[in-house]
Amino acid sequence: MSVSEAVDERIRISSIPEPPSPERIAYLENLVGHARTAAAVFTQYSQQDVDRIVRAMVLAGLAQAQHLARLAVEETRLGVMEDKVIKNMVACEFVYNFVKDKRTVGVIREFPERNLEEIAEPIGVLFSITPITNPTSTVLFKCIVAIKTRNAVVFGPHPKAWRCCAEAVRIMYEAAVKHGAPEGVFSCIESPTIPDNVYLMHHKDVGMIDATGGPGAVKAAYSSGKPALGVGPGNTPVYLEKSADLNAAVVDILVSKTFDNGTICASEQTVVIDDEIYDAALAKFSELGAHVCNEQETKLLARTVIDPQTGVMQPMAVGQKATDIARFVGLNVKPGTKLLIAPIRGVGREHPLSVEKLFPVLAVYRAKSMDEALKVCVDVNHAGGLGHTAVIFSRNDAVIHKFGELINAGRILVNSPGSIGALGGVYNDLVPTFSFGCGTGGGNSTTDNVNIYHYLNVKRLARRTQNHMWFRVPNQIYFNLNAVENLRQFPSRSTVIVTSAVLEQVGHVDVVRRHLAPETRVHVLVIPDAEPENKVIRQGVETLNAYHADQIVALGGGSVIDAAKIMKLKYESPDADLEELAAPFLDLRKRVVQYPTEKAHGSRLIAISTTSGTGSEVTPFAVLTDKERGRKVTLADYSLTPDVAIVDPQFVMSMPKSLTADTGIDCLTHALEAGVSNYASPYTDSNAMQAIRLAFKYLPVAYENPGDQEARSMMHNAACIAGMAFSNASVGVNHALAHALGARFGVPHGRANALMLPHVIAYNAAVPAKFMPSPYTQGYVAHKKYATVADLLGLGGNTVEEKVQNLIRATERLLDRLEFPRSIAELGISKSEFERALPEMVQSAFEDPSWRSNPRMPLMNELVELFWKAYEGRAIAEEEELVEQTV
Amino acid sequence: MAVPMPVTPMLLNIDESRAVEALRELAQKLDGAPCEVVLDFSSVQRVDSSVIDALADLARIANKNDKATKLVLRNVNVNVYKVLKLVKLTGRFAFVS
Repeated sequence: MSVSEAVDERIRISSIPEPPSPERIAYLENLVGHARTAAAVFTQYSQQDVDRIVRAMVLAGLAQAQHLARLAVEETRLGVMEDKVIKNMVACEFVYNFVKDKRTVGVIREFPERNLEEIAEPIGVLFSITPITNPTSTVLFKCIVAIKTRNAVVFGPHPKAWRCCAEAVRIMYEAAVKHGAPEGVFSCIESPTIPDNVYLMHHKDVGMIDATGGPGAVKAAYSSGKPALGVGPGNTPVYLEKSADLNAAVVDILVSKTFDNGTICASEQTVVIDDEIYDAALAKFSELGAHVCNEQETKLLARTVIDPQTGVMQPMAVGQKATDIARFVGLNVKPGTKLLIAPIRGVGREHPLSVEKLFPVLAVYRAKSMDEALKVCVDVNHAGGLGHTAVIFSRNDAVIHKFGELINAGRILVNSPGSIGALGGVYNDLVPTFSFGCGTGGGNSTTDNVNIYHYLNVKRLARRTQNHMWFRVPNQIYFNLNAVENLRQFPSRSTVIVTSAVLEQVGHVDVVRRHLAPETRVHVLVIPDAEPENKVIRQGVETLNAYHADQIVALGGGSVIDAAKIMKLKYESPDADLEELAAPFLDLRKRVVQYPTEKAHGSRLIAISTTSGTGSEVTPFAVLTDKERGRKVTLADYSLTPDVAIVDPQFVMSMPKSLTADTGIDCLTHALEAGVSNYASPYTDSNAMQAIRLAFKYLPVAYENPGDQEARSMMHNAACIAGMAFSNASVGVNHALAHALGARFGVPHGRANALMLPHVIAYNAAVPAKFMPSPYTQGYVAHKKYATVADLLGLGGNTVEEKVQNLIRATERLLDRLEFPRSIAELGISKSEFERALPEMVQSAFEDPSWRSNPRMPLMNELVELFWKAYEGRAIAEEEELVEQTV
Repeated sequence: MAVPMPVTPMLLNIDESRAVEALRELAQKLDGAPCEVVLDFSSVQRVDSSVIDALADLARIANKNDKATKLVLRNVNVNVYKVLKLVKLTGRFAFVS
């Protein structure tokens, strides 16, 4: 686009134009009305229909390329007729070559591996502004692109180029309609005015504005409130680097800068030449028909072709021949001179010729170093050329990349002409276009070469994907009586046994020690039997380092095993930041924080559980108490999972009754929650169901007859199996509530779970007030899964509801047999104290990550209700039976 | 209270090849008397701008008659329905299948 357009538009669009006359509005409405109908009709067309029409249009455009070029030169008095013929042909042939096989109707792209399809939706009616510099070629291009994408266009050509544009539109329209395009698909405003443009830019039936022109038109388009493609002026820097093929580079620059007398906005403006080749380059330019100005001539040239007030090019020079400009300036040049070369010493207002010059005048700059050359190119780029085009001639790949990183241009062309190169498809594989997106640097929405995909609404048909799931457990699990003997098969030079004082006293440590591989140096680390603190972890890591441990045996309940997991983590990866590793996450596979994979010592962790509940010997979880900050840190990652688990019932035979009950209910809660979890899978279901069955059958026996070896063994297995289930399916809201209750009132974890369990089953089995988003499950199935559990347990019932009730009854009976308190009130917590603690507990439960896999999304008021139910300890099944009897 | 006049529905099958003529003829016949016209589009696979113009004219005339004329389009295929939606004509007709 020329400076006259730019200046004119700035002036004209900045002032609010008078609205068009009523007659003019009727005229414009008629154009848009027809376009709207055409666009609607066009939606019925197939890809074959469209491709047939496009081909016919392209042939018509090629046939009329010369005719249109002549008209354009006659009307605008800009450019070179022969070059405009080539531009018209490129607009048809090269654009066709790019679009002919592209799908633009229906499904246009498929991504089967992502279950995605892209479907084309036309925009409808476009209002398209076209420039004076490339009038007919731009129209031809836009017509082809519009038909290919089933859109209708109302053209608003430059007022000084509307006749040639109208003729181009007529030729395209007639060819299109003759081959089946909807009537009214193209129209061109006759004698266009700024008020016409403003009116159409705000028209409700115009879907998008495509403004190719000066900054005024582009800004007006973007300011209209409509979706717009606006592409504007440039200032192309060229770096002629010392390694370049000088002869080829000079020819390319001459070809490009003289093409259509320099009217293409991507053409070269300032060539920065390395000192080493500067003289040779200028000599080559001279040899091939350029005139190199001396200092006096350069001053004269600058004064004449650049407006001293505005600092931009003079309209009279745009698109004129070099000889004509020379004559006007008063320079004595040879006949046939193609280009005027003006050496400059800097960029900016003090160096007038460093701006965009859409005529055959080229500034050159002698750079003493690559650093200086690149800086000058950046300066030119920022002097009106941001986002547009840049060129480098070089054989040095490092320099080419450096240039590419530094220069902000949508098209960075290497060893090829700027103007024709930027058009795409001729010198490179860029998308052919007559509309250069200049990105945000140029106030545009894209840096692309505008083409068919910018004329489409692309719809994405996203099918539900079956996300990968997993089932990860320790490599080796040894179970049943005397499974501990398997320790012998693990060679170790130095083993640290992490355990508690009680277990050492009762002789369990000696049992373990006896079964370690011969020649193993053993050290016993006794830690408190409570959730581990940082201090304990530090001591543990010091011990592991001191003994150069290659094996850690964790012998104990959940707390001891958790401590050993964290000790190993810090021993193997001393830089691991536990605070950061505990960062919350929604999906294990997409979590922000990654656990370290480097292992400093390659040690092995063997977990031997001495309780039957936590399942910690197979889980990827560990809880750390941060006493300094008064909070718990939960670590979760499969790298924490012990390498080997030993599930030997000899270590639980002497468990006290209350611990048997507490840990047993923890096991049952793990299994029930994993069973209805949104992350449940057939793999976890099989574990969950088996653990539930074992717990219902053997927990009361183990509680009532602690010496029953079978019951102990089966409950020990149940805890491990439930651990495998919830390691992969996670738990649910029961755990969130129990954690909050336990933390506030010091209720043991298993007991807290028991207080909530019947209420949570009833809660999850009801129709949720709010469903939990879950890509892993199909529909809401929690109640059905509870019914399946009831069937597995042989609880009877004919309907899902009956079965759920029977499961709740069975759970309550189990809790009664285990002599659990059945209400929080029974723990001696007064109602007022509970009421005071409730907000904090609800908040804590809501922040607990456990419920994220719960099938039902717990609302805050629902958490309150569940806590109150647990406080009052209503026996759900009995209560409902009572209601039924009353009725 | 006035008793509404009984309305006899008139059924017209629209042939795609002469849809415009059929719609124009119908437009001339509408005399303002209360009536319901059912235009069966079963055989119309695609519409062009002249059919849209004819439908728009028909709707305009029906509307003039104090809305006494009810225009019903039957069995309009979904592609044609989308065209009518885009040119904002769907509100002017009732649709049945």
